[in-house]
Amino acid sequence: METKDPITELIVIGGSAGSLQVILEMIRNLNGDLSFPIVLVLHRKAQAESILPKLLQQFSAIDVIEVEDKTEIQNNKIYIVPSDYHLLFEDKNKVSLDGSEKMNYSRPSIDVTFRSAAEIFRQSVIGILLSGANSDGVEGLKYIKKNQGKVWIQDPETADVDYMPRQAIQNVEYDLIVKPNNLANYINQLK
Amino acid sequence: MLEPSIVKDNEIEHLIKDIYESYGYDFSLYSRASFTRRINRICMIDRFASYAELRYQVLNDLDYFKHFIEEITVNVTEMFRDPLFFKSLREKILPQLGTFPLIRIWVAGCSTGEEAYSIAILLKEAGLYHKCLIYGTDINPSVLETARAGVFPMHQMKTYSENYMLSGGKKDFSDYYTANYDSARFDKSLQEKLILSTHNLVSDSSFNSFQLVICRNVLIYFDKELQERVFDLFDASLENLGYLALGSKETLRFSNLNKFYHQIDDQKIWKKVDLN
Repeated sequence: METKDPITELIVIGGSAGSLQVILEMIRNLNGDLSFPIVLVLHRKAQAESILPKLLQQFSAIDVIEVEDKTEIQNNKIYIVPSDYHLLFEDKNKVSLDGSEKMNYSRPSIDVTFRSAAEIFRQSVIGILLSGANSDGVEGLKYIKKNQGKVWIQDPETADVDYMPRQAIQNVEYDLIVKPNNLANYINQLK
Repeated sequence: MLEPSIVKDNEIEHLIKDIYESYGYDFSLYSRASFTRRINRICMIDRFASYAELRYQVLNDLDYFKHFIEEITVNVTEMFRDPLFFKSLREKILPQLGTFPLIRIWVAGCSTGEEAYSIAILLKEAGLYHKCLIYGTDINPSVLETARAGVFPMHQMKTYSENYMLSGGKKDFSDYYTANYDSARFDKSLQEKLILSTHNLVSDSSFNSFQLVICRNVLIYFDKELQERVFDLFDASLENLGYLALGSKETLRFSNLNKFYHQIDDQKIWKKVDLN
């Protein structure tokens, strides 16, 4: 990373079909001293009790928390958006949940959270889009770019389902193409 | 497609102020991120190219303002949403409520009524329906019309039926409605104990006392200050040993009232504890 890069205040990661393995590999290799929070927006079936936070926690050195309404987000923690809600940023520390209409047939929608992050964090957010079978997240990445944030996309060659990253590469000006086995490395190097 | 950014933050402030002065509806303590999305969504749906056009229409056309209120509030709801919550109501809470001679329940922010009907079904199956009253209220009069009609889209019934069974329902869910092409008309008897009325959680006061207040996925649209005020309103409306039920990602934990309430298991249900 070049020294003129802005300080990272948030990483927001969107993924759909085939993204869980990438997330697991990343979490296993993250340092325990990140100077920003990580927010995960993953498409999954709406269900009463989610096992995903517990599953991810088993592999994580840092706290993995499923977001509740008005959660205060903190550095060096991983937040998961609950199924059946969109996540919006009120400010740099506080998030709201929103149960409004699905976007791209999805709730949570990656686009909704990417855009909200772009408008609140501007140049200090990195949006990362992983494997998936629809194009949710692509429009959101454009908002991140428009606000001088950074865009990373999973290398489609490494994606279980490459539609989502391919759509992103074709439509968005990106900063980095990442492979699952070096995603954590890139994140660990951020200031 | 995401809604466009037509109305700016400072314009939202002005609009909220103008609406309050013209109509008395106060949106100033609504969660700003969601509210801004709703405003821009309205601009997209109703094809306003600028804030000025939206503002003119809202302030000068009462019929349009009614439509605006319908669209600004989120009316996404389901029957037996979060089945395990309804299972808890069925197994833990209703047996307690059964000891009262008259059971009064308030479904606050009931929208089109799906939860009020779900509660009516639970009470029927618990044999308590004859001695209950269910009050369903919402800020928005037009959703209450839908609730009053008791007709819901047929394509939802598969999900509702699954939810119902997961909540511990033993009957055939289709016994509760009559299918008619693409709509499902719910049994009129489910409306006998249902009292529907407009009520604004921001500005209206307590209107009765209840043993159970259900308000799910409404408070997420309010900021913390307003949430606290609404908790006070619920507290004033709950009898001692009554219950407050919230949405699956909402909590009483950070409220000043938390110490007077006892959470039931891991569900979002709290019991008002008698400290005297």
